[in-house]
Amino acid sequence: MMRARVAYAGAIHEATPMGPVGALRLADGRVIAEDQAIWLPPFEVGTIIALGLNYADHAKEMAFKAQEEPLVFLKGPGALLGHRGYTRRPAEAMFMHYECELAVIIGRSAQRVSRSRAMQHVAGYCIANDYAVRDYLENWYRPNLRAKNRDGATVLGPWFVDAADVRNPGDLGLRTFVNGALAQQGNTRDLLFDVPFLIEYLSAFMTLLAGDVILTGTPQGVRNVMPGDEVVCEIDGLGRQVNWIAADEVYGR
Amino acid sequence: MLPSTGLSSIAIDVSPFRLTGTVYGALLNQRSALAVLGDSVNRLPYKAPPRWPVLYLKPRNTLAGPGDPVVIPQDCAELEVAACLGAVIGRTACRVRAADALDFIAGYLIVNDVSVPHENYYRPAVREKARDGFCPMGPRVTPREEIPDPGCIDSRTFIDGELVQSASTRDLVRPLEQLLAEITDFMTLLAGDVLCLGAAAPAPRVRCAQTVTIEMAGLGRLTNRFIAQ
Repeated sequence: MMRARVAYAGAIHEATPMGPVGALRLADGRVIAEDQAIWLPPFEVGTIIALGLNYADHAKEMAFKAQEEPLVFLKGPGALLGHRGYTRRPAEAMFMHYECELAVIIGRSAQRVSRSRAMQHVAGYCIANDYAVRDYLENWYRPNLRAKNRDGATVLGPWFVDAADVRNPGDLGLRTFVNGALAQQGNTRDLLFDVPFLIEYLSAFMTLLAGDVILTGTPQGVRNVMPGDEVVCEIDGLGRQVNWIAADEVYGR
Repeated sequence: MLPSTGLSSIAIDVSPFRLTGTVYGALLNQRSALAVLGDSVNRLPYKAPPRWPVLYLKPRNTLAGPGDPVVIPQDCAELEVAACLGAVIGRTACRVRAADALDFIAGYLIVNDVSVPHENYYRPAVREKARDGFCPMGPRVTPREEIPDPGCIDSRTFIDGELVQSASTRDLVRPLEQLLAEITDFMTLLAGDVLCLGAAAPAPRVRCAQTVTIEMAGLGRLTNRFIAQ
């Protein structure tokens, strides 16, 4: 099952897809168009755990050798944004890029879980686009929050997709389109550290709780985006996420 | 962010009357913490001293209250404890000016930012800082009105009753006002979030069966016992 959380007509609703033309059915029976809803991250988000350099091709593109241990960082709730939202691009920045990623949502608490049992703790999946502003990277707790934890720069959704509906999370194609042109392409089979490994690794030192989310990293193909650009991230079976880049002026800067 | 249960024992009798469970910290924000690194800040892998606040999160699985035992993981002989002043945000703080910063503070509490000792700050220290129970806070949120100047709070850390560290927020690299201005330029803090202002170096180390008490002038005492897994 695919479901979204949307704001519509004064309340927050659970919504499911309806037909082929992007309509939504709210839990109360109303049917609305996609652009009538304000899309929120599709579940109540707990701890946000992100992976850096988790595809060999992207690590190479960034001139890093592949990690021997996962490169893990955390993000705060202010970074979150829903489908069809706007992400600010600081005017001074030279290089801000999207990162299409498979997001894994924890269902059942996981504490010292082995790889073989790890997938029992997954509730579902969604698309994540985790923007970075490379100009702000510093070599202290890198990637630092100023580069990687900016307001509205981590887009989740549109859908939360039940784990039961994703046959193999280890073989999902990812694609990013900028203004309609294919810019980034990869497949989760090329993850250096796959989903069961990450759950085993993380749960060995921290208890993962329902609603925690793991952003598994991005493949090669990151490019600079500019205000007005439309960035679309797709993952097989998880849908199509739209985001737009907004200029500083919109925010009175 | 979903609330944590570890926070329920921390009294907060001032608006917003609840903690969100989102806790940020500033690393190397005490002059002594930067000083011990010496000239290494200019060498690999850092290549330059930090230009902006070095921030980290203490996720909800780390949150604990006064009196909660802290479990020393099996793979660690000892842990570092870091006495930090925690500023509790009182209302949505976005693009705050340093001159107005204290208007956005609800109050203060003591935070013991516990870590597995680590000397390299190049990569985020999630495995070192995000273990279960590694962020005891409390004993209560002291309202801002009772703390006229957060820039001169003395703290003392005791292990089994012995004084092991004295520090003061006079020695912060960035005082609270500047820190809040720089952080909220790119990330919004919400009412009930906690911002830890940084700890002095060297960090005291604690072993199994020891008790750590952090005392801050006007804020009370935070005591936690460290136990084996």
